[in-house]
Amino acid sequence: MSLVIGVPREVFPGEKRVATVPDVVEKLIKLGFSVQVESGAGDAANFSDDAYRAAGAQIVEGAAQLWSSSDIVFKVRGPAPGEIGLIREGSTLVSFIWPAQNPELMQQLAAKRVTVLAMDSVPRMSRAQKMDALSSMANIAGYRAVIEAAHHFGRFFTGQITAAGKVPPAKVFVIGAGVAGLAAIGAASGLGAIVRANDTRPEVADQVKSMGGEFVAVDYTEEGSGVGGYAKVMSEGFQKAQRETFAKQAKDVDIIITTALIPGKPAPKLITAEMVQSMRPGSVIVDLAAEQGGNCELTVPGEVVVRHGVTIIGYADLPSRLSKQSSTLYATNLLRLTEELCKNKDGTINVNMDDEVIRGTTVIKEGSITWPPPPPKLSAAPAAAAAKPAVAPPKAHGHGAPSAPASGTRIAVLFGVAAVLFWLIGAYAPAAFLGHFTVFVLACFVGYMVVWNVTPALHTPLMSVTNAISSIIAIGALVQIAPPLATGVERPADWIRWLAVIGIVLTTINMFGGFAVTRRMLAMFRK
Amino acid sequence: MSESLTTVAYLGAAILFILSLGGLSNPETSRRGNLYGIIGMALAVLATVVGPHVTAAGIPWIVGAMVVGAAIGLYAARTVQMTQMPELVALMHSLVGLAATLVGYASFIDPAASANFSGAEKLIHEVEIYIGVLIGAVTFSGSIIAFGKLSARIGGKPLLLPGRHLLNLIGLLIVIWFGIQFVRAGSIQEGMTPLIIMTVIALLFGIHMVMAIGGADMPVVVSMLNSYSGWAAAATGFMLSNDLLIVTGALVGSSGAILSYIMCRAMNRNFISVIAGGFGSDTGKAKPAGGAAAQPEGEVVPVTAAETAEMLREAKNVIIVPGYGMAVAQAQHTVYEITRLLREKGVNVRFGIHPVAGRMPGHMNVLLAEAKVPYDIVMEMDELNEDFGDTDVAMVIGANDIVNPAAQDDPTSPIAGMPVLEVWKAKHSIVMKRSMASGYAGVDNPLFYKDNNRMLFGDAKKMLDEVLGVLKAA
Repeated sequence: MSLVIGVPREVFPGEKRVATVPDVVEKLIKLGFSVQVESGAGDAANFSDDAYRAAGAQIVEGAAQLWSSSDIVFKVRGPAPGEIGLIREGSTLVSFIWPAQNPELMQQLAAKRVTVLAMDSVPRMSRAQKMDALSSMANIAGYRAVIEAAHHFGRFFTGQITAAGKVPPAKVFVIGAGVAGLAAIGAASGLGAIVRANDTRPEVADQVKSMGGEFVAVDYTEEGSGVGGYAKVMSEGFQKAQRETFAKQAKDVDIIITTALIPGKPAPKLITAEMVQSMRPGSVIVDLAAEQGGNCELTVPGEVVVRHGVTIIGYADLPSRLSKQSSTLYATNLLRLTEELCKNKDGTINVNMDDEVIRGTTVIKEGSITWPPPPPKLSAAPAAAAAKPAVAPPKAHGHGAPSAPASGTRIAVLFGVAAVLFWLIGAYAPAAFLGHFTVFVLACFVGYMVVWNVTPALHTPLMSVTNAISSIIAIGALVQIAPPLATGVERPADWIRWLAVIGIVLTTINMFGGFAVTRRMLAMFRK
Repeated sequence: MSESLTTVAYLGAAILFILSLGGLSNPETSRRGNLYGIIGMALAVLATVVGPHVTAAGIPWIVGAMVVGAAIGLYAARTVQMTQMPELVALMHSLVGLAATLVGYASFIDPAASANFSGAEKLIHEVEIYIGVLIGAVTFSGSIIAFGKLSARIGGKPLLLPGRHLLNLIGLLIVIWFGIQFVRAGSIQEGMTPLIIMTVIALLFGIHMVMAIGGADMPVVVSMLNSYSGWAAAATGFMLSNDLLIVTGALVGSSGAILSYIMCRAMNRNFISVIAGGFGSDTGKAKPAGGAAAQPEGEVVPVTAAETAEMLREAKNVIIVPGYGMAVAQAQHTVYEITRLLREKGVNVRFGIHPVAGRMPGHMNVLLAEAKVPYDIVMEMDELNEDFGDTDVAMVIGANDIVNPAAQDDPTSPIAGMPVLEVWKAKHSIVMKRSMASGYAGVDNPLFYKDNNRMLFGDAKKMLDEVLGVLKAA
């Protein structure tokens, strides 16, 4: 029994995206589903009905028909009031929901006994990255923000020296180095601007640099990483220092792009009216947080306004303004999610609540609200993990210097044991043995001191040379072969001689082989 | 030559041996160090042969034996491949062990050797023989097994007999009991039986000890056997009242012990449990399933050789981490070619060597040196582990456990606490591997699932040749 995936036309005013594209339709069909698309759904993103048909989708006229005949509905925006009535009971809906901001919508959906997977609730884990639609949309928004800014900005981004005079490069300041911020940094530096960026999470400084930006730190120590790699609300002292930093930047830069969002909270007001006033006329602010109230006090969500000579762009639909790109990425995110739901490729889905990713994404399971999910176990940024190993391995070993001094008690115990041993030996061993024993102990210490100095790179030659040296045992065999005998001593001379001869052969192999191979090896070490 | 002159010659030889080990502290002085060793050895042998303990009757025998031995030794040294060094060294340890055993037996059946002793001196002499033979036999059979394991004639999997610690303990008690019998024996004939029984037990113990050790711990085993062979020489020295043997044996013994200690620390293992033998089982190493509880998250992203070449070319800083896989594939020459090409293009290429990479201490250094990689870009783990953050590409060639982040992150991992090369901190890491199989420790490697990690599957030599081809073409 294969399920039917339906893709309606987005009804939200100005929304140009669509939840699937022809390329993805083919892959969904390969997973065993049948796909139907509402007529005209892809028009705004330049995907014609014919293209969908060619990919194997059925084109359905009218939203009502589509909703009632679909087992699974893929959407971009959460259902509009008019659409909720169309939802078939027991079906599955996949779209952006924002359950925290839309409790009413959640209640209405629950009442329809549907299963809802919210693309905004995909957990921030490595495994779930391929279905992280927020990231793919943020990426587009960041890029588009720079394009919009360039459109309203009256100058080049890149610095040029032309016959008609010198053009200074534009300076761009990006606030918040999440996915959108990083995309904006990349796009702006790609256009040739000088890019600076700030984020409350210090660990992103390297990522900023990698995108071609310069990290502007706020001179105040507070860790800003929250659960799941998102930012958190900062303390008052930090916010003050942050405002000072931003005020300084505002006077200097031409373009500010703000992307600061804290999950489930209104966007922090980071750019005050005074800062806007201090900017040069003709400057541009793009506020990517406009939908959540805006990072700039003067932002009008959804509109472009000019205040104090500064253009403030508050579009909330930046991804939709790049509809073909965003539809393609979103459709792929949905495809990846579908693959997770349909592990058997048999055209059915299994909302497995034991799977951490699916558990996090599912906000309503068969009519009962399952949001919020239990907190994620892993932070997407390995911040905590990175901090630990920095302390964990204490400097492994400094060659040349024996390790850190042992504790006092251990040394005392060692000395005690050694003293007892030496006393025993001294009390009972004969004098001749003691002489040899002295030599032995001192030689052990010499060996210990000398070998610590050997560089690790030469450990293999060290082994082969000590091995060669250990064939000194040949001397033992040599003195046995034909010692001068006191008269009258009987000895099994043949036995001894043969044992000794074999011993000499073995040790000589070792002696010559060991030194020769060491020589060969050492000859290879060169600068 | 008089007794005193011989003694002075021995003293000179001992000093030369110490200088020889000291010379190895630096690649530049190392060749001279080896020369000191050769001179010392020649001096010692000559002084013995012309000394008062050898009569003219023995000279033809000695010359004959030495010519045969020298021919075999030189032939082996000339033909051995650098990748086979661990096997050769293990085999040579076994020779020393066997020689020590034979000398012990010869000394025992020689009434002249103990003619002057009485009372405590005789007792000590017999104990020395007993211990010398014991260590020699353990070294011999242990090294033979190590040789078998290193040359893959015997499987690398640890063989764990049930109650093996108990077996070892019983063996030790039997050895001690027969030791008492041996010392009490009135005649050589009576003493022979306990000595032979002890030798058999010692041989079995050596086999058992090394069989119980997994392939990844081989660096420790090889250096440990090195140490044992030194102690065997020292014991022989006590037996024959020869100070040169004692000194040299002690030098070699402590050198081997320090090396194994360094290796143990590099793998976060207890030194004592290694010296006692039969380690590696308490950590759950033999049960690969133990790691399954913490299945790493994420996806493995494979790349092609062409993409690898692309990443290398665009990088500014590259660190190459070689492992045993590079030795097996004989890929060190290709690695060097790639290194040379990248360095000509201004890429800063360095090598990061983990202390236990490969199958014996310093194995990787020797291979890279063979391929003419300059030793000043070959770094130790401690020297460059902090630089991975500034590294664009970290390329791991046939290594696994030594780059496993679980050693730091996952306290339940069997290799937890082992210092590892932090390749995952580089912008990208590329792991060259034949398959997704886990390393010798049998632990899954979360590195493979990291976002910035790419996998290049295939034989290291073949894939590197392809990478080199792409680099050259561009």
